[in-house]
Amino acid sequence: MTTFLKLLFRNRLAALGAVVLGAIVLLALVTPLLPLADPDVTATGDRFMRPFTEGHLLGTDHLGRDLLSRLLWGTRLSLAVGIAAALVAGTIGSAIGIVAGYFGGRIDNVIMRGVDMLMAFPYILLALAIVAALGPGLLNALIAVAAVNIPFFARNIRGVTVGLAGREFIDAARLAGMGHGRIILTELLPNVASTIVIAMSTTVGWMILETAGLSFLGLGSQPPVADLGSMLGEARAALITNPHTSVVPGVMIFLIVMSINLLGDGVRDALDPRLRSGALTRPRAVTLVDRKGQVPEADQKGLLNIQSLETQFHVGPRIFRAVNEVSLHLNPGEALGIIGESGSGKSVTALSVMGLVASPPGVITGGAVRYAGEDLLSADYRSLRQKRGNNVAYIFQDPLSTLHPLYRVGDQLTEAIQAHHAVPDATARARAVELLKDVRIPNAEARVRDYPHQLSGGMRQRVGIAMALANDPDVIIADEPTTALDVTVQAQILALLDDLRRDRGLAIIFITHDFGVVGQLCDRVAVMYGGRIVEEGPTATILSHPAHPYTKKLMACVPELGGGKRELAAIPGLPPVVSDLPPGCAFAPRCDKATEACRVGEIGFTGSDTHRVRCIHPEEVLA
Amino acid sequence: MTALKVTDLSKTFVVGGGLLRKPGAVRAVRPMSFEVATGETLGIVGESGCGKSTLARMLVGLNAPTTGQIEIAGKPLDNADPAAFGKLIQYVFQDPVSSLNPRKSIRQIMEAPLKWLHRMDRAARTARIAEIFASVNLREEFLDRYPHEFSGGQAQRIGVARALAAAPRIMVLDEPVSALDVSVQAQVLNLLADLRGQFDLTYLFISHDLAVVEAVSDRIMVLYFGAVVEIGPAREVFKTPRHPYTKLLADSAPVVGRPLTAPEQKDSELPDPLNPPPGCAFAGRCPRATDICVKVEPDLRPLGEHQLAACHHPLD
Amino acid sequence: MGAHILKRLISAIPVLLGITVIVFLIMAMIPGDPATAILGSYATPENVEKLNRDLGLDKPLVTRYFIWLGNMLSGGFGRSFSLNRPVIDEILDRFNATLILAGVSFVLCTLLGILAGVVSAARQYGLADKAITFTVLIGISVPSFFLGMMMILVFAVNLRLLPVSGMYAIYGGGDLIDLARHLVMPALALAVVATGVIARLSRSAMLEVLRQDYIRTARAKGVHERRVIMGHALRAAMVSIIPVLGIQAGFVLSGSVYIEIVFQWPGVGRMLVDAILKRDILLVQGGVVFVAAAYVFFNIAVDVAQSLLDPRIKT
Repeated sequence: MTTFLKLLFRNRLAALGAVVLGAIVLLALVTPLLPLADPDVTATGDRFMRPFTEGHLLGTDHLGRDLLSRLLWGTRLSLAVGIAAALVAGTIGSAIGIVAGYFGGRIDNVIMRGVDMLMAFPYILLALAIVAALGPGLLNALIAVAAVNIPFFARNIRGVTVGLAGREFIDAARLAGMGHGRIILTELLPNVASTIVIAMSTTVGWMILETAGLSFLGLGSQPPVADLGSMLGEARAALITNPHTSVVPGVMIFLIVMSINLLGDGVRDALDPRLRSGALTRPRAVTLVDRKGQVPEADQKGLLNIQSLETQFHVGPRIFRAVNEVSLHLNPGEALGIIGESGSGKSVTALSVMGLVASPPGVITGGAVRYAGEDLLSADYRSLRQKRGNNVAYIFQDPLSTLHPLYRVGDQLTEAIQAHHAVPDATARARAVELLKDVRIPNAEARVRDYPHQLSGGMRQRVGIAMALANDPDVIIADEPTTALDVTVQAQILALLDDLRRDRGLAIIFITHDFGVVGQLCDRVAVMYGGRIVEEGPTATILSHPAHPYTKKLMACVPELGGGKRELAAIPGLPPVVSDLPPGCAFAPRCDKATEACRVGEIGFTGSDTHRVRCIHPEEVLA
Repeated sequence: MTALKVTDLSKTFVVGGGLLRKPGAVRAVRPMSFEVATGETLGIVGESGCGKSTLARMLVGLNAPTTGQIEIAGKPLDNADPAAFGKLIQYVFQDPVSSLNPRKSIRQIMEAPLKWLHRMDRAARTARIAEIFASVNLREEFLDRYPHEFSGGQAQRIGVARALAAAPRIMVLDEPVSALDVSVQAQVLNLLADLRGQFDLTYLFISHDLAVVEAVSDRIMVLYFGAVVEIGPAREVFKTPRHPYTKLLADSAPVVGRPLTAPEQKDSELPDPLNPPPGCAFAGRCPRATDICVKVEPDLRPLGEHQLAACHHPLD
Repeated sequence: MGAHILKRLISAIPVLLGITVIVFLIMAMIPGDPATAILGSYATPENVEKLNRDLGLDKPLVTRYFIWLGNMLSGGFGRSFSLNRPVIDEILDRFNATLILAGVSFVLCTLLGILAGVVSAARQYGLADKAITFTVLIGISVPSFFLGMMMILVFAVNLRLLPVSGMYAIYGGGDLIDLARHLVMPALALAVVATGVIARLSRSAMLEVLRQDYIRTARAKGVHERRVIMGHALRAAMVSIIPVLGIQAGFVLSGSVYIEIVFQWPGVGRMLVDAILKRDILLVQGGVVFVAAAYVFFNIAVDVAQSLLDPRIKT
């Protein structure tokens, strides 16, 4: 709660809204205690007095009634009616939504059909019909506004509930012997509550506006009692001659609604955890580069050369050091594996190459990435864009989310071609079919017209590969391309990648967490842990004689098929969090060989250019 | 002794169907029968869409079966409430974080099965939770924290502890380690193995990872397209597969030192669940398929000493 | 596609029936004697008694609904006592005016709203974004009827740029330019709130979409950033914007009631308010059913547009 308030008031606009609204509510609350004129006493002789006249701070209306007094009493009424309507609509609507969303099936169907019927009306028609039936009056207007808003709440809350009801903790509660009523009240409601609060705080202003509107039309509060809407309605006749009688209530409605909207947005932002982490920021076209140190000199290694790369995520005050001092190079036609667990920095390393790390929050803070000698991190957008896909192409993990759902696969392929080559559509399309054939998609001529959702997972990933091949790049970076696939499909995709690479002389960086995959596909492998490379060398050597204790332990953790039932070797402890890396070796806390020296200072590489390890007590002494 | 006996269990989902269209039927699980002995670990493997999760949900009462019976420790349980299942069989979920209610403290989560299944009083609950937490190597100070404060591995231990709290005879472990990092997987797997001995549990271990299943199971059941295609001792199933699909699975697993070639198969697509083919569901992908395979659905039959497979042309 | 449109049209039948049920039930809440309410307080006792018999007041609610529905379908919504003419004639006379006002306003808020949202998202936290966000915030907080009144004061009374109210000039006029001059203020006043809502939604939809993996894929392919935003991102964002356009059309239609009053626009909204104040029940229910039905068909069009955009929808 305190974090909520802190978050809320850190938002300056929300704080402003809270102050304005607070003042208005306070005024409304103390109105009966203030020395005001009776709002309903008419004095035709004093009609249409201007603001700031003696005794009438805001002037008088067409019947000579004191505007200030009427304004405050009207505000009181408008606020009360609007809030009451929001509470009624919110409570009933949420209850309906939760029941429909939790039970699903036929109950949901029947309820939501009814809700859809109500939403088939432009809201005011329904409100007008209700007022027509019940007769004009403030209470009836309140009923109408609440009734009209029930479907909005029901639908909104149902959506959230459906998502929650499918979550495993609800199943777990049922297996723990809890009944439906108890699950709704103790498991669901606490999770839906924030959505209900958000929905109420963002609609309360709207409901005040709607009730004011009905009163404006003469269908709400009846004379002589006035809320802000009916004050405005009565003043309309004298709009041209005495505009102040209109402006006073109008500005008040505006102030109330705006302060509620500001506050409501603030509440939403503070309660919505997705916004809280700042996740809803738009990633730029290129990752931000903000190098503190010097750009490393070119050292002519490989076609693609990553030198002392440092990539960080800046989230609020916390700095996640995702990639630290990573140096890697890739020779033409070579397959390099990067292996590591989640959070080891392997994907971020790969995405940093072409500036594809989401930024904000990602920032490249050091190092260089050289393609054929040129530093891509200093390149401008134009030249980087020309190299993306053309020289260095990517294959991503989940082909369902990485292909655009609304474009045909053929169009996505031709777009890739035409981004770099000004060829006519027909040529590009023919090339797209050819590409699909190259990745062995059967019936390619028909498949180009398919949308991604019409293809199976394996076929989609073949499209992803075809797209990477579209411009005959020299380097392909494959970021866990088979992790989302079934094992039989994975085998096919890996075999395909291996064939393509050999046929076309492609250099490939293959990111994975699977030693089996690396062992089969890669010439060299780099092992990452806690954002650093801890070991790098030829695949065969590392698999047979791992030098870093982490590499050795990690391999022992992974069971291999054919060993039968057995006890598995485990690594104690947890992988490090990169926002809080220990000094020295990140693996030291989990390592049984660790000594004091492992926990201080920077630990450099030992070994040769071909096989190097970042360890003081390696398993194998490297020449 | 038999811990779990399943007879002709099947699940058909009705899908689609609107104002003008006849609803279709998807047979997520075709009628299957099997038994699990007390203290045994039965591994269940299969790729996405094979029905393993539906099977698991039926076994704990979260989905009502379309046909068939479930018998736990001699008690038939076919259409009971999940609460009735809960005392006998519990479930450990794939996604440890999503299986814990984010708004509840670990203590509240742990207390639920004790309160609602066993009606224990506060003192008894506290004692029981302490006991369980000790056996899953969790510190008691965790009890007052909330789920988001835990890593995947710790959250999964909590999930296991919650399942244990119900004092079940059987635990269904639905991909319990696939959401975890490799280095943490082994910790949880070894913990599960210890607990089985300590609490005299029977496990059904579901996974898509053949090597993991092989490492933890006594027997393995292979599912394809909602049906059992092969069942047998863990040591033999992948070493001497009888069903061509089992062989395809075994050959597809990436193994260090084996050259990269796609294992032999005609097609990589699963059949359309709304319009299943007659005969063997695997026939379309099977290199050994003949005429009979596309006409007659093969029955599960004994092959070799302990293995059973559903195939017209089994491998030797 | 044709089959899809047909299917959607058929599915409108239960919705239309549902609308009549809801209106019937609301009208059944009228306290006292419905015949008096329908015929007005000056009706003769004989007429009242006859009508009560015709409405089948002695019969159960369900039967009464079907009698009521039959009357509506055959009798063209009945006869308005306050205007002394068939309800349907009055509605048809006025619906055009509402359609012009709401239609122009809707087009305006759709174009402006999406444009503002896209610019705002593409320049997140930039000056344009801040200016748009601030304008939008004010726009959605101003009551449209108050805004309309202020516009009259400034542009018609003080600056004398535009006519104060009405649809055509009383003397002369009657051509398109005259209509346009009369339309500017009401259409703008009506569009403001919806523009704000659409702009906000478009902004957040764009921001959501820009974080998706397929945007990264497009960038990785080397697609130009302009095309990434105006093609890939906007197209995907439209999937969540279009349904809101349907809802906002309802809000524009609703807002037109106020605007018609403020600008003396001879549309259905003003007719409804007058009818309610005169307790002319048949005119109210006829107007409500007619406009709601029109809105149902508009939403079908929105649905069809959505399925044209999104190939994953197949029902």
